[in-house]
Formats: sequence, structure tokens, C-alpha cells
Amino acid sequence: MSQELIRLTDLVMEFDGERILDSINLYINDKEFLTLLGPSGCGKTTTLRVIGGFLTPTSGDVLFDGKRINDVPAYQRKINTVFQRYALFPHLDVYDNIAFGLRIAKLSEKEIDERVTEMLEIVSLKGFENRKVTSLSGGQQQRVAIARALVNRPKVLLLDEPLGALDLRLRKDMQNELKRIQQAMDITFIYVTHDQEEALTMSDTIVVMDKGKIQQIGSPEDIYNEPKNAFVADFIGESNILDGVMLDDYLVKFFGRQFKCLDKGFEKNEPVDVVIRPEDIDIVPVEQGHLCGTVTSVTFKGVHYDTIVDFKGFKWLIQTTDFCPEGSYIGIRLNPEDIHIMHKSEYSGMFGDYSSYSAEYDEIADAEGGEDEE
Amino acid sequence: MKKFNRAFTILVFIFLYIPMIVLLVASFNSGNDVAVFKGFTFDQYKELFRDDDLLSLLGNSLIISVLASLIATILGTMAALGIHKMKGKLRSAVMTVTNIPMTNPDIVTGVALALLFAFAGVALRIHSILGFWTLLIAHITFNLPYIILNVMPKLSQMDPDLTEAAMDLGCTPSQAFFKVVLHEIMPGIISGMLMAFTMSLDDFVISYFVTGSGFVTLPVEIYSYTKKPMQPKIYALFTLMFIAILIIMSVMNLLQARDKTKRQRSRLLGGRVK
Repeated sequence: MSQELIRLTDLVMEFDGERILDSINLYINDKEFLTLLGPSGCGKTTTLRVIGGFLTPTSGDVLFDGKRINDVPAYQRKINTVFQRYALFPHLDVYDNIAFGLRIAKLSEKEIDERVTEMLEIVSLKGFENRKVTSLSGGQQQRVAIARALVNRPKVLLLDEPLGALDLRLRKDMQNELKRIQQAMDITFIYVTHDQEEALTMSDTIVVMDKGKIQQIGSPEDIYNEPKNAFVADFIGESNILDGVMLDDYLVKFFGRQFKCLDKGFEKNEPVDVVIRPEDIDIVPVEQGHLCGTVTSVTFKGVHYDTIVDFKGFKWLIQTTDFCPEGSYIGIRLNPEDIHIMHKSEYSGMFGDYSSYSAEYDEIADAEGGEDEE
Repeated sequence: MKKFNRAFTILVFIFLYIPMIVLLVASFNSGNDVAVFKGFTFDQYKELFRDDDLLSLLGNSLIISVLASLIATILGTMAALGIHKMKGKLRSAVMTVTNIPMTNPDIVTGVALALLFAFAGVALRIHSILGFWTLLIAHITFNLPYIILNVMPKLSQMDPDLTEAAMDLGCTPSQAFFKVVLHEIMPGIISGMLMAFTMSLDDFVISYFVTGSGFVTLPVEIYSYTKKPMQPKIYALFTLMFIAILIIMSVMNLLQARDKTKRQRSRLLGGRVK
């Protein structure tokens, strides 16, 4: 049904001998909402800039509609970009900003007028034609930037963390808005973000990147439910990641206990990483529990409690609506579908331990606050 | 303390501008003695506009200043664009090299240029090379740093994504420059050009060394007047020049101030509707 539009093959990007992208292989379908997700410095913006034509890859190919476009300059590609800080032209008003690309393409003023008017309606900026762009709010500038790109009817729209500068409320609105626009225009969106929630909400396909490599490609459900390694499990949502041994198909052993699971295809007695999502864990009376531990801290989060439980020195995060006071001794049950098994990777042992729970939350907040790539 | 500050400021202004006021008064003096104000008259101005020699000298000066500042503006803007593209160390090294001619004593620059032209004259077998062209080249040379110095900050202030945004929307690199970048750096270009124009207009030292008898500018000619009694119509000429420069500088400051408030406002209002 969906047709392949862009393909990146063995893409390598090096700056001053430093490898920013390491053999990226990726195909993007027509009319797809694809998100490049990863922490800052993972290479997601670089990948976007290569697709946009602002960077020439050190090696590897960029294919568009089956044709190699490595050497096609940005201004000849049927691709438009929404920049992180919008990059609106300060000397032009809203109308002229949006009309810019059409005037370069030398369309008749009549057609320009029709298309700009149509675009203003799509991004809900009717009546703003003659406003100076510097007098607009962040959200309005954002809309102008989207309109300015889309009015050229590109086959692909690239968006580089376009919601990064907006406050939380506006960001949520714009997420829905973007998804609506993408479906209305019926074109491909390639979206770059470090915000996993944003990625899960909007995307058809998510590409998780770290250290210049693709860690996993999949639908939001795949990425969340079947993370490929400890990095993905930790970056997308919260995860308890434990050392385990795969005894047989559908049978894993950790914490000295055997559990049934839904995973197979591992070697006998292969050491593995076991992922258990905090919201999948059921708290039960001690005598019914598969494992028992002491609650060491409880934080109220609105919908649920973040409960940290100490199991034999390893601390788990459990998200539950049941309140268990600090110091109480509780049991937990794990159903086969709650357990997800991953092969060991370079990320094993780096994530998924909540021993320093509060500190980690702060760290995440800091990392997001100080995000400023390139 | 506040009173003292104000008084002191006024004193500084008097100190700075009293020579100009003396000149102004002298230009309207009907007597020939500078020290005695005999009566108010426009005679000096009338006489000035009847003196074709003086006017043609002024014309020479204007031709050189306008041409030199225009050419320097084009070359300097191009140079600034190139320097802006350079990276870290190389860029600051080039900027230092660019700035040296500005601090270099004029007399050294003048003699150096004169020597260079002399060599060029020999090499090209031109007997008397000094004249209009050497003067023009010399003026362009010492104007260049002022243009670069004024354009560079505008380039760094500009959102670096703007060029890419323009190319993203279909501009070739040169279209991106003329349709977007040029608008952004225009205030810098204009203030650089005005500064270069004024520098050119009043330059005496360098011009003195690089011009021949065929083409003389006003400052060079005036210098020879200092040996004989100064004619009062010169005062009238200088008063007019002073007022012209005053107007240019005021316009330049106004432009800069407007540009600054515009930028501040866009930063302040960044997230709000007017």
C-alpha cells in the first residue's frame, strides 16, 4: 500500500574525524509520520540535515523516489523544512514569509494569493497576513513556519524539534495540530525530537537513535512493548531492567526464580536482559507474591504512585494506583506478558536500576532543560 | 554629585565643540580679522559659491569619497561574508590582520602606498602614475576595514538558519543572499559606508602622498593655504562640511538606535502579541 519514498543506505557522516552517523540504513514510506528520536548528540538532527540537503554525507547514499540525490542541492529538492527556531524572515510580514517560496518559483500572483490564503486557513492564522513576524507569539511563529514550508507542496516536510521552544500546554495542542495537518496534507513528515512522549503520540514509525546509530525502528507500540536493548527500554518510558538467564523457550530465570514468558528463539542458558515496565507490576499480599520486598519510597504523581521497592538489594520502580506506605512489606506477581526479554548489548547494566531513583529523575529533568543541539 | 556630573558633561561638550562654534562664527564675520567680530554677513558663502576652483576641489573630494566608499562597501561586504564563513582561530587571525591598517599611523600607510605605486609605475612603465586612480585605490584600501568592522557584527547577530531557510524554499545561494541576508545586514552596510565616506572626505595624510598634480582633493589643497593667510570663504566651506557630516552622523546614529530597539523589542516580545 505505502510506497517507499526515501532510503538511506550505509550513511556515514564525519566531522573532523569524529563519526556523527555510523552506517545508517533506513527507508521512509510515502505519507508516513516518521520520528527520529534520541538524546542530544545522537545524530538525529544530522540525519535530518542530510535528507534536507544541508549536509553531504561522508559516504553512503540518499535516495529519493529511487534516485540518488547526494549531490542535489537543498534548493532543488522537493523537501521543505521547519527549523528549530523557525528562521522566519524578519524583514517580511506573515503573508510575504509564506509567499516566499512561491515567489522564488515565479508563480503568478493570483495563484500565490490563493495558496497563501488556503495555507493561512489550514494553520488557523487568517487575519494575520500583514502582521510582522517579530510581533507574533512563539506558537504563531511556529504556524507561520509550517505554512511557509507546506505552501510549496513538498513531498516531505522535515521538522527539527519544532515544539522545543513552546510551553507544555501549547506543545500538546501543537502535537495534535501537526498530526491533523499531516493527515490533511497527506504527505510525509520526518520529525526530530528528544521527547519520547511526543514521539509516541504522533508517529507512525519511530527510529530510536543513540551515538550515531539506529537502535531500533518500529511502530510506537513495538518500540514500547518490545524494546530491542536496554537503551531503548530506558529511553522510551520507565523500565526495570534485570539480569536473567533464558533457560528455554518461554522460560526465564531471574532473582533465583523461574518465570514463564512469551519470548523464544534465544539460546539455551543465554544471559539476557529482562525488562519489566513499572505499570505492569501487580501488587499482591505477601503470601501470593512471586517476589517480596520492602517499600523504600513513595511519590504521589497524580494518576499513580511511584513506589520504589527493594528486592534483595535491587530497587524496582512500580507505578500503581494502590498506596503502599513506606516500610511496608509487599508481594508482587508477574504475568508472562509483563516480562520482556532482550539480548545482552553494550547498554546492559547501564540502565534500569532505581537505586538512585530521585537523582535519576533530576538528571532527566536537567538533560531536557539544557537541551540545545548544535 | 549629580549636579557636578551634569556640569562636567557640559564642560566636555563645550571643550569639544567650541572650535566648531568659533569656525561657525568666523564664517559669518564681515571683517577679515578672526579675533574681532565686526558684523553678521553671508558674503563669505556667496563668495564661496562663486569660487569655481574651490568648488571643483570639493567636487574632486566628493567623487573620490563616493566612489571609494561605494567600491569599498561592495568589496568589504564580500570580504565580511568570507571571513564569517571561516572557523574560530583563522577567523580571529584574519580579523586582526584586517584591523591593523586602521590603527596603523596614516603617514606610514601613505608612504607605504606611495612606494608601492612608485614600484608599480616602474613595472608598468607609466611615467607619472600618481593621480586619480592611485588616490582612489588608496582610499578604497583604508576604507575596507571600516566596512568589514561594521558588517561582521550584523552577520554574527543574524540567525544562521536564515540562509538555509531561504535555500530550503528554493533560493540558490546568491538569491538567498540578495533576498534574505542582505536585508539583515543592511544597517551594518549603511553605517560602514557612511563611516568610510566621512573618512575618505577628510583624509589628508594618505592622499597627500598618493596624489599627483593632476588630481587634487580639497584637504590636500587646503593644506597649502595654511602657509598664506586663510581666506574667510574657507571658513564657510568648512562650516558647511561640518554640518553635512553632522547630519550624516545623526542619521547613522538614528538608524543604529532604531535597529537596536527593533531587535530588543522582538526579543522582549518574543512570546507575546503586541
